[in-house]
Amino acid sequence: MAKHRKKVYAAAGYNTVSFGSGRKEFHPKKVRPGLEQYIEEAGKGVIAQINDVNNIDEGVIGNFMAARFNRQGNLPGFIPTIDPSLEYKPCTRVEGACGSGGLALYTSIKTVLSDLADVVLCIGVEVQNTYKAIYGADILGGAGHYMSQRKNGHAYFFPGQFSDRAGACYEKFGYDYMRKGMATWYVRAIENARKNPKAQEYHNSIEDLFATGMTPPNPKVFVDHLNVYDCSKVSDGASALIFASEEGLNKIGIERKDAVEVVSWGQSQADVTKLPEDPTRLTTTHRSCQKAYETSGLSSKDIGIAEVHDCFSIGGLLHLEAAGFAEYGKAAGFVADGGTKSDSEIPVNPTGGLVGFGHYTGGTGVRQAVDLVHQLTTKAGDCQVKITPERPYGLMISMGGNDRTVTCMIFKKAD
Amino acid sequence: MNFDERIRNVSIIGAAGKMGSGIALLMAGEMARSKLKPENRDFKYRLNLIDVSDDALDGLSGYLRAQLTKAGEKACVMLRELYKDREELVENFDIIPAFVDDATSLIRMGTDLNVVKDSHVIFEAIIEDKDIKVDVLKKLDSISGKDTLYLTNTSSIPIHVLNDEAKLGGRIIGFHFYNPPAVQRLAELIPADKTTQELKDFSSELAKRLRKKIVPSNDIAGFIGNGHFLRDGLYAIAEAKKLSKDHALAGGIYIMNKISQDLLVRPMGIFQLIDYVGVDVYHCISQTVSGYIKGEKLTDDLLDKMMEKKVMGGQRADGSQKDGFLKYEKGRPAGVYDLDSGKYKMFDPQGWSGELDKKLGKYPEGFYPWRTLLMDPKKEEKLSAFFKNLNASSTLGSKLATAYLKNSKQIGQKLVDSKVAKSAEDVNAVLLNGFYHLYGPINDYV
Repeated sequence: MAKHRKKVYAAAGYNTVSFGSGRKEFHPKKVRPGLEQYIEEAGKGVIAQINDVNNIDEGVIGNFMAARFNRQGNLPGFIPTIDPSLEYKPCTRVEGACGSGGLALYTSIKTVLSDLADVVLCIGVEVQNTYKAIYGADILGGAGHYMSQRKNGHAYFFPGQFSDRAGACYEKFGYDYMRKGMATWYVRAIENARKNPKAQEYHNSIEDLFATGMTPPNPKVFVDHLNVYDCSKVSDGASALIFASEEGLNKIGIERKDAVEVVSWGQSQADVTKLPEDPTRLTTTHRSCQKAYETSGLSSKDIGIAEVHDCFSIGGLLHLEAAGFAEYGKAAGFVADGGTKSDSEIPVNPTGGLVGFGHYTGGTGVRQAVDLVHQLTTKAGDCQVKITPERPYGLMISMGGNDRTVTCMIFKKAD
Repeated sequence: MNFDERIRNVSIIGAAGKMGSGIALLMAGEMARSKLKPENRDFKYRLNLIDVSDDALDGLSGYLRAQLTKAGEKACVMLRELYKDREELVENFDIIPAFVDDATSLIRMGTDLNVVKDSHVIFEAIIEDKDIKVDVLKKLDSISGKDTLYLTNTSSIPIHVLNDEAKLGGRIIGFHFYNPPAVQRLAELIPADKTTQELKDFSSELAKRLRKKIVPSNDIAGFIGNGHFLRDGLYAIAEAKKLSKDHALAGGIYIMNKISQDLLVRPMGIFQLIDYVGVDVYHCISQTVSGYIKGEKLTDDLLDKMMEKKVMGGQRADGSQKDGFLKYEKGRPAGVYDLDSGKYKMFDPQGWSGELDKKLGKYPEGFYPWRTLLMDPKKEEKLSAFFKNLNASSTLGSKLATAYLKNSKQIGQKLVDSKVAKSAEDVNAVLLNGFYHLYGPINDYV
């Protein structure tokens, strides 16, 4: 993969609240904001940080399943609703299941690299509380292969897929060892979310988080090998940020100190009609990380903060291994021993991750990039981790489906 | 006839009522699950829902569809297994409505009792009036076969009385669901002296299939649940009357309702519970039980007066609470009925009710509301610490609450001593599971 011929920067990030059960103000029967409100809030949140909205050249929006969750297609049409000056500008919607956000980042970067735009507004959105979880599971199941997998899949399709991965890991590495690592993942996610006022689990007041995380799975009502605390919740929300060339940054009046540089990325696509060959590994994710490391000449030792796609605690653990933060089979122990804490060498998901912050599926990749921009420019508030000169890079992994559509991206603070 | 054969044709009498509609929901679900088993697919299943009110049946169909959908959503993991060979049913979006259709297709509704002629099992959930029940049971027995089993949902009438007067030859048992039947895990099982073994076995299997926790009760009017509830409520009424000397009757009702909810850490105060059940239903239970139990006063003229004023409580069709001893706003108590004026005296935290709160005194240390403790794994420890402080406290509220706890314990013990319940555990199980108390009345807290 070729190196970038010019520098691309990211800045002016904005996340809405991740809304859903767990938030005190959430009630399933109360009227809630829809796609329109979330897109508008995130877009305006970005615009407020730049000098002139007219300087935005293009828009990209990542979303997974608005067609079913909200009976709405043609999402590029919502970008001009953010501000009238965006009308008639080129806009594109991208989709790659829960990895849609990652693809939105990747598409925005390519647009800047192509010289067709200097400033791209990148948005990710999903509004999922329109359906009960049992039906949402069907809609999200579209990230797998409908024809060959849905009929025999679990009622809760994706929890079922990752339950199979957890089951394979229990068998290979031991049940207690894995469960402790997964329960600690939950503890860490909630502890971090409690520091983030926009997180879905911000109000979580469970006293004994570890004991909760250790709740034995109950196959009668849920999947075989995961409990509900191993899973990210149903979320509504949006995130947005700007990708810009050097000229672009100058045009929108963003100073270098407030921007991060896109160092490298790796995007890999696996065959959606196939199931993973080895359920104990995320091979597509591994490929994506390798590409990002190779083009930048970096390794996991250079990374000082990571945002991984923990739609399930087991997925979070496997991502640590795929990205090289832990050896194969060792992530559960690494996490249980405090390896991902916010004051450790490699803080992971310091704003809560998908389990703690929430997972508005098609928008999550964008949310991860926004959080890395905040961290690397020291704007992360109570969630801020220490970025050292020895490990100045931030890495994120956005994953669609069962390790099918994966984007890995590395950022650093702009020089 | 085995269990699966028996439930192929079932009738529910009083099906549009509060209890009947819940039983209808449970049976429609169970019969549909049974029919979906490969070995049962060729058999015809029929659930007859009968009620005197044709208008009430109009609403039943919508209720059942909505509730069966909810049940299907909860049980979708199991439904996917039942429908695994139906290739066209792929998503939960396909499977749940298919289940609702399969369940509702078994149902026939109407007002004509004659449709019960092929039923092997009949649930009786009509008005709590012995003579009417006997009359209906006799009619049913003249229409249906001689091996038909009867399950009555009476909450107070002795089963042997129904058996003997309707001449059912032991083919009747008390299967007392709690309200609402689809949600409450408890059912009291009350065999009469002559109830057949087959019916006892059928009832045990039914409880298992419906995932109900069965507590056996002996066949003595009121059984365990209402045996406790009736006396508990009458005690509260008597105490409210005593308090009326200083605080007027409305004040007494306010106080007893408040302490029975807060200081006894119950889900609702005693007068709110009577309103929830229905003042008319409570009155009826009181009349029925006192007709069978001699030597104990189990009625109160306050209930007669409430009936005269037609203040009944109970719920509307949409589940919202009607006014009774208390007035409700958004489902919460907001006032107390004043018998003299026939009007409600609204709570006034700055005025009369605030004054009464002050007189009750500060709550002892360690107080938590019922809802807070409900899911708390350390609730027993916390309750024990709180009740210790309650016993030691000398405020008016604490004294009334301690006396109330002692009385509740005595009622529970009496149910064991008079052989209504087999054990203290059974009494406690009914209050824990049927009334959602956090602790049984027979305890070491007082």
